[in-house]
Amino acid sequence: MTGERLFGACFAAGGAGIGRPTMVAGAARRDEGSRKAHMDEGTDRTDASDPAGDGLGRTRGLRAFLREGPPVGPTRPAFWRSPARGPWTTSVLGAVLLVGITVVTVTGLLSYAAYNPDLSPVNDKTPGKGLLGFYLFPWPTDPHWLYRLTQGLHVTLGIVLVPVLLAKLWSVIPLFFTWPPVRSVAHSLERLSLLCLVGGALFVFATGVLNVQLEYVFPGSFYVLHFYGSWVFLGGFAVHLATKAPVMVRTLGGGRRGAPPPGPGEDPGGGPPGGSGLVSPGPAPPTISRAGVLGMVGLGSLTLFAVTAGQSVGGPLRATALLAPRGRLSGDGPNDFPVNTTAARARVGEGDVGDSWRLTVRGSGAEAVLSRAELLALPQHDAALPIACVEGWSTRDQEWSGVRLADLADLVGAAGPVGVFVESLQRTGSFTRVALRANQVGDPRSLLALRVNGADLSLDHGYPARVIVPAAPGVHNTKWVGRLTFGEA
Amino acid sequence: MGALRRWYGAPVSHLLLMVGAFALVGYAGVRLLAGDALGVAVWFVGAAVLHDLVFLPCYTLVDRAWQAVAGRLARRRRDAEGGDGRRNRLINHVRVPAVVSALLFVVYFPLILGPSDSYLSKSGLPGHPFAGRWLLVCAFLFAASAVVGAVRYARGSFGVRSA
Repeated sequence: MTGERLFGACFAAGGAGIGRPTMVAGAARRDEGSRKAHMDEGTDRTDASDPAGDGLGRTRGLRAFLREGPPVGPTRPAFWRSPARGPWTTSVLGAVLLVGITVVTVTGLLSYAAYNPDLSPVNDKTPGKGLLGFYLFPWPTDPHWLYRLTQGLHVTLGIVLVPVLLAKLWSVIPLFFTWPPVRSVAHSLERLSLLCLVGGALFVFATGVLNVQLEYVFPGSFYVLHFYGSWVFLGGFAVHLATKAPVMVRTLGGGRRGAPPPGPGEDPGGGPPGGSGLVSPGPAPPTISRAGVLGMVGLGSLTLFAVTAGQSVGGPLRATALLAPRGRLSGDGPNDFPVNTTAARARVGEGDVGDSWRLTVRGSGAEAVLSRAELLALPQHDAALPIACVEGWSTRDQEWSGVRLADLADLVGAAGPVGVFVESLQRTGSFTRVALRANQVGDPRSLLALRVNGADLSLDHGYPARVIVPAAPGVHNTKWVGRLTFGEA
Repeated sequence: MGALRRWYGAPVSHLLLMVGAFALVGYAGVRLLAGDALGVAVWFVGAAVLHDLVFLPCYTLVDRAWQAVAGRLARRRRDAEGGDGRRNRLINHVRVPAVVSALLFVVYFPLILGPSDSYLSKSGLPGHPFAGRWLLVCAFLFAASAVVGAVRYARGSFGVRSA
């Protein structure tokens, strides 16, 4: 089978130029096309470079250097040799990222809203957000799998986009070294915005990917870094979209996918020759087609999807997530679904949750103290709800049973729509205290759960009692509950 | 207006876009840097620099090295079929599984190199299965690529013979 077209050289980037200048005579044209650097066996001799020793010549030589840049190295377009680079390749990757990053951004913003950060300081890890919280709204309880969907999408799609992001950066690397580094005030600002774009993207992806693996090596709180880092990125993204989206549309609209093998001076990327700065003026012999490069990127994304998505699907498919943090089955008992934090890690011991455990319920003036037996004697209700973690993994619906939060509010005379302040016995970790909104308390499926899937809660799942609320992020389903305070919220 | 445009080097709309974008960047950036400013700056700028000046050149050099090796291997057994097609197929049947394996590592290296203490204590899941699983996936990818390559090679040979 030799029918496949092999006219690109993926990843054949600058290597050839390192240590051994590979220049193609007359082909090393700068982007603008107005200034030609005449190449001769790797030496760049411009008209301005007079013999050394002549003072005037040296000044001219310096000027020429500033204009033309170093005679060899990555600032030379001819340094970059992969014929797979070009406007078409970059535009396709850009289009995929445009859609993908938009979804990841929206689901990310939704995840922040899901915490109800404006309800109480305990819900908000970024209280200094100011105007960046402009869009917040009361998080709904319907559909009950809402957070499971949005956060599963956020994390899984983010991971799947990693190959696309890296390929995009590969495709535009010649522009990073563009010479002169700064052409005008406008150009310098645009380059600064590119730092926000590229640095921001890598920063946000890196913190996200590390956080889901519980590798807390980044310099600060994940919530702070990921949230504000994303907004810095979005600033760069806005500039990039406004300046480059028209180019992308034009390039893809041209539809020259099946472009012929590039001849001299012809753009293998499907765009007009020159102009983009992406097309190698002296391409290496092709080793893979442009479609082949995209296919390889797609295969990378598909493989990442295959070893990740199962942790957000749950059930037997969880085991397919071979490399994902929560792709492992722990058994098939009623309590054998993943936990975010074990009792040992939260430093909750048997002593805290034995027969002496009591739940304190407070309302407007009234207070009730209940043992687990007394809670079990109250009307029990069932709800089929998932656990969905900010880290992207989730479980299928579990059959919880316990006392409705609304009934507990009634018990202490908290009238009307009320929120609740939930306090856990756990001694370490974030979100040991959370506030739930009135719509969450009022939902008949919101329970103080005592049992799951027909068995008592295990200690790791929050025995003696835990909160379970439809569509809420996992950390808002507080385990080892010690006190509930109902009130206006 | 004309003078502004000449000094600035782009239309005024471009300037407005920049002002708007950098207002957002500044607003968020101040908050991003409110904690460990140096650490965050190093991470932020370092990510871009590390990628563009270390990561990308390194994988490019690895690819170029493999291309050179594959070229030699293909030349040694060149036949009527033509060297370039054979060379490129050899390059890509190693390149594709290698790139995909590397991508899996880039995303999941913390778990592959050994989960953090936080992972072990929070999840309660025992053991370190990820290195073995990753190697297994890599082996599968290379094996699948080899099978596809062998089928192509066989078909190509038969095609030449029957022609």
